[in-house]
Amino acid sequence: MESTITNEVFLQKLTDKFGDAIISSVDDYGMLTVTADSSKNIEILNYLYDEPSLQVQFMTDLTGVHYPEQELAFCVVYHLHSLVNNYRVRFKFFIGGEIPTIASATSVYATANWMERETYDFFGIIFEGHPDLRRILNVDEMVAFPLRKEFPLEDPNRIDKKDYYFGR
Amino acid sequence: MVNIEKAPEGIEGPGFMATNLDQVIGLARKNSLWPLPFATSCCGIEFMATMASTYDFSRFGSERPSFSPRQADLLMVMGTIAKKMAPVLRQVYEQMAEPKWVIAVGACASSGGIFDTYSVLQGIDEVIPVDVYVPGCPPRPEQIIDGFLRIQDLAANEPLTRRSSEEYKRLLAKYDMK
Repeated sequence: MESTITNEVFLQKLTDKFGDAIISSVDDYGMLTVTADSSKNIEILNYLYDEPSLQVQFMTDLTGVHYPEQELAFCVVYHLHSLVNNYRVRFKFFIGGEIPTIASATSVYATANWMERETYDFFGIIFEGHPDLRRILNVDEMVAFPLRKEFPLEDPNRIDKKDYYFGR
Repeated sequence: MVNIEKAPEGIEGPGFMATNLDQVIGLARKNSLWPLPFATSCCGIEFMATMASTYDFSRFGSERPSFSPRQADLLMVMGTIAKKMAPVLRQVYEQMAEPKWVIAVGACASSGGIFDTYSVLQGIDEVIPVDVYVPGCPPRPEQIIDGFLRIQDLAANEPLTRRSSEEYKRLLAKYDMK
């Protein structure tokens, strides 16, 4: 089934409603990617969820990205799906600061709960208003956020790759 | 054809035999090692083949794989151990009664293998003492059996006093165990 909304119509509705909060948008292989103001994320999600012509009521994925060279070094990505309209869309919210913080999407999508815990676990992004923000996959004792780029890829406890075993 | 284990060397006469206790106990332990398979990934699949009819693991006296650590003599760790699994593995080891032995089967259990990363334990010897390492990714059943035979050698030749020796206590102390 074809989607009943086009990217143009979707973007028009969004800019009519939020104006300057929509920073940029790009059509990636037919899927619209919208970058928007991170302080407006819940407002936007609520609008998409409740607007009768859109009904974007399913969250496919929520994750983070780390861009250490940027001032807004962290990106929170939402993949959303309107089942009624068979329409998929991707949202990006860039955040910065020592402790990157964004409002929790759990008030809109219950499924965001575990995905925000995972994003916190790996990137250290704080989701304000999350009911139970703690690590979900890594060991509880872990202090680092392993998917940040400054985190070393290889485990420092590894001994069988040490140079002296190879005469180096 | 049935092979019967040879009696240990000793002094024999009509109606009696005298030998040393270490050897008799060693002989008994060696041929009735009950393994506890702690299988987490592909090495575990290889162990299933080892237990099945072609390789018939039970012919070495391990007819009964023990899925309770209380009745097991040998902990066989087969597969990648995530750091989150480490306390579980340690608890299983601590629940086993002495004497107990450990085999690390495959690259992951021995050293972390290809998983040189934040989430994987870089060898189970970081949390429990290991007696025999079986290399391979995964090792073939023949290699697992060879590792098991090396454990049999250890069990057969272990002095009865070893588990109460200072050296053994120091080994456990290194792992914060008693």
